[in-house]
Amino acid sequence: MSALLEIRDLSVALPLPAGTLHAVREVDLTLDRGQSIGIVGESGSGKSMTALALMRLLPRGARHGATRLAFDGVDLASLSDAGFAREIAGPRIGMIFQEPMTSLNPVYTIGRQMTEGAVSRGMLSAPDARRKALDLLDRVGIPDPETRFGQFPHQMSGGQRQRVMIAMTLMLDPELLIADEPTTALDVTVQAQILDLLDDLRRERDMATILISHDLAVVAERTDSVAVMYGGQVIEQGAADDVLHRPAHPYTQSLLHAIPQVGGTPARLSAIPGTVPSLTRPPTACVFAPRCDHRRAECVAQRPPTRTGASGHAWRCVLETPPRSGRGAEPLRAPPTAANADIVLAARDVRQVYTTRKAMFAAKREIVALDGVSIDLHRGETLALIGESGSGKSTLARILLGLAEPTSGEVTMLGRPVAALSPVERASFVQPVFQDPYSSLNPRRRLSEIIERPLWLRGEHDAAKRKAAVDEAMDHVRLPKRLLHSYPSQLSGGQRQRVAIARALVTRPEALVCDEPTSALDVSVQAQILNLLDDLRAEMGLTCLIITHDMAVVHQVADRVAVMLEGRIVEEGPAQRVLASPESAYTARLLAAAPRFEAVPDRLEVAQ
Amino acid sequence: MLRYIALRGLLALLVAFTVSLAAFFLLNVATDPAQAIAGEDAPPEVVESIRARYGLDRPLPVRYADWLGGVMTGDFGESYYWHKPVATLVADRADETITLALSALAVTILIAIPLGALAALNPNSWIDRFALGVAVSAQAVPNFWLGLIVIILFAVTFPIFPVSGDDTWRHFVLPAFVLGASSVPAVMRLTRTGLIEVMGADYIRTARAKGFRGWPLLRRHALRNALLPVISVLAVQLGQKFGGSVITESIFAINGLGRLALESILGADIPTVQMLIFVFAIVFVAMNLLADILNAALDPRIRIG
Repeated sequence: MSALLEIRDLSVALPLPAGTLHAVREVDLTLDRGQSIGIVGESGSGKSMTALALMRLLPRGARHGATRLAFDGVDLASLSDAGFAREIAGPRIGMIFQEPMTSLNPVYTIGRQMTEGAVSRGMLSAPDARRKALDLLDRVGIPDPETRFGQFPHQMSGGQRQRVMIAMTLMLDPELLIADEPTTALDVTVQAQILDLLDDLRRERDMATILISHDLAVVAERTDSVAVMYGGQVIEQGAADDVLHRPAHPYTQSLLHAIPQVGGTPARLSAIPGTVPSLTRPPTACVFAPRCDHRRAECVAQRPPTRTGASGHAWRCVLETPPRSGRGAEPLRAPPTAANADIVLAARDVRQVYTTRKAMFAAKREIVALDGVSIDLHRGETLALIGESGSGKSTLARILLGLAEPTSGEVTMLGRPVAALSPVERASFVQPVFQDPYSSLNPRRRLSEIIERPLWLRGEHDAAKRKAAVDEAMDHVRLPKRLLHSYPSQLSGGQRQRVAIARALVTRPEALVCDEPTSALDVSVQAQILNLLDDLRAEMGLTCLIITHDMAVVHQVADRVAVMLEGRIVEEGPAQRVLASPESAYTARLLAAAPRFEAVPDRLEVAQ
Repeated sequence: MLRYIALRGLLALLVAFTVSLAAFFLLNVATDPAQAIAGEDAPPEVVESIRARYGLDRPLPVRYADWLGGVMTGDFGESYYWHKPVATLVADRADETITLALSALAVTILIAIPLGALAALNPNSWIDRFALGVAVSAQAVPNFWLGLIVIILFAVTFPIFPVSGDDTWRHFVLPAFVLGASSVPAVMRLTRTGLIEVMGADYIRTARAKGFRGWPLLRRHALRNALLPVISVLAVQLGQKFGGSVITESIFAINGLGRLALESILGADIPTVQMLIFVFAIVFVAMNLLADILNAALDPRIRIG
């Protein structure tokens, strides 16, 4: 039987002002009917571009080429755009995307969007299409399909919209479903449900799937085979079990080790040094060589050969036998927090109620964002605040930072009510680090200006003192001095987040409040930042409140954890205890839903 | 929804009356109506007798209340110049202006939306640059100058259309073009930006993944979304057409409200000016209200909060 999908030597090039970006090169993928493959890689690795090239959805101006691109024996290159749109896109290959909030047209009903593909193709009459859509909505777990059918996307939650997206692609009964980061924008519990749904549908319909994700753990449990992409190339692929448990390429090994674990004793993460390469020049060497621990002279002199192992396991590496490597066992540097440390920051019975109006003259509605929250942050500890979106985490963070005033309740900083502090005092007491380092730094200021700004605002007019403080902060976050006069746009995501932390540290605040500090970063960069937080605790006794939705991050950095649900703290306690034996049913549910990939060091063997 | 419309309507009326109040006081402070009626060189006794006869010796607030009372019953006073009820005067002339404004709007729509859409679908192509050129020129050229140029070109050099007047539809072609052209830049650029944004939206990618492309993609998924903001602007532009008719009607000698406004201003015919300002304000506010309602009708995110 010939393969359902066959891709040979696919390349994608994007012309950019700075030169041509070779986003994908020499990608080979084969997928049989009913099989599933996971494509994993960090941002910029080319994983989405590969799928978009297959679906002819590349951005304007992008070029792609392949020696063979065939679906069920049909050479796709021989089809015109119109032929491809009529015969392949939709009825044979369906695709769902990362952003369920924006992937549906806001001005048309769910029903119209679901049925239009089948009706306009003449595959189904309108009443038949409606019946099928209702059945599918029911199948993907949308309660009351009849009502939902006539509703608009904005009336549904993100998870429901992703279910609708799935049901919509199934309307045309495709033989292949491509899911591009289908759950990245969703909460963990919803993520687990969507991934399970995709898995069930694949089995029911014998439908092949391509699951694209930056998260190895998401792919680990759910696909037959895995392809790992880096720098536009597939650097390793094979059966999921082989690739994830017996990785042969140094990059795959490093990536696996950079993921924080949910169980065991937390240890320093083995971060991959450096950043993802730019792909403006065609490759003459191994793309991973600059960041590889096993680099040799041959790695930069020639392109690595493809090596093969058992049952289709293949990787591109100079080394004949895969290097042996294990997860770093170096313990965390930060000392445990003293039991009776001062309470630096405290919230007492904080309530936040928002009133909104649906329309200009409609009646007011009340939304209780925080419902009697009390929390203490002790000196030198890291407290993790975990919860799903809408649980009130970020609202609480804003209140603790003094950026918002609660409806009732009190926030104190070292015993003084925050209301009694001037903005400057408050700012030198507690500082924020935000989620997205791409938008939270002023793009028109140089690093030195960004970092010294808080000192200015505090009235520090001695330039030499400011310079000394900036230098020290840069040292703390391990940013080289040569970057002092760069602009944020010249930095990588990890470097930008370091700048954000340096800016927060420069006034020597008592505490940091970090709102999802790593969720916009790639796994390898996340490991660098989590290690940095550990360093800062060891070196300067950093007190930190970290807001996250990621259980593994909690396990990695937190002493204590507080779990939030619907504006209340439902569980609070030492991180190790809460993660090992949660008392609240909600915490247990969060833990069960967290995708995990148990790459215990001794299970990582050398291939062959 | 009905409640919303009713309340917005009330607000609109309030705005119109505020405008009329401001206009009334400004007009009566800027000119002496009695002097204007009597003529520049009239002896003071004549002016005073006129002042007494028309009730212009009463304090301003009393006169405004008197005027407003009249408005409530549809009586906008009598024109000093034409010696006819102002309401009749305006009603007689309204046809021409409505025809002109609507045909100018049609010109705007027919030029701006297709051009903007073509530019958006082929960014940085020759058609995009051409559209940009059209927008910049139309923005830079003053209305009265464009009016004279098209008269010279299409009425004098090539006598295709009549130079002036308002007897047949042919008389309205050139003025509608001139008045419509002034709105082309704003509407075209908004169409272009809106459509470019929509074509890059995630839901367009979804539709493409379902196999839609070309005209069906545009018609089914892009146009309605892209034109939502354009509709609001078109409504405002239509309101401006009524105001803009003052210059265009004068150039083309169309006997509409714009020309009436100009004549009344020059003749200090305060009751007529007062009513015209009130009418223009009502039209403008009503168009904005219409835009809001249309947007709500087309965008379920507004309709169903």
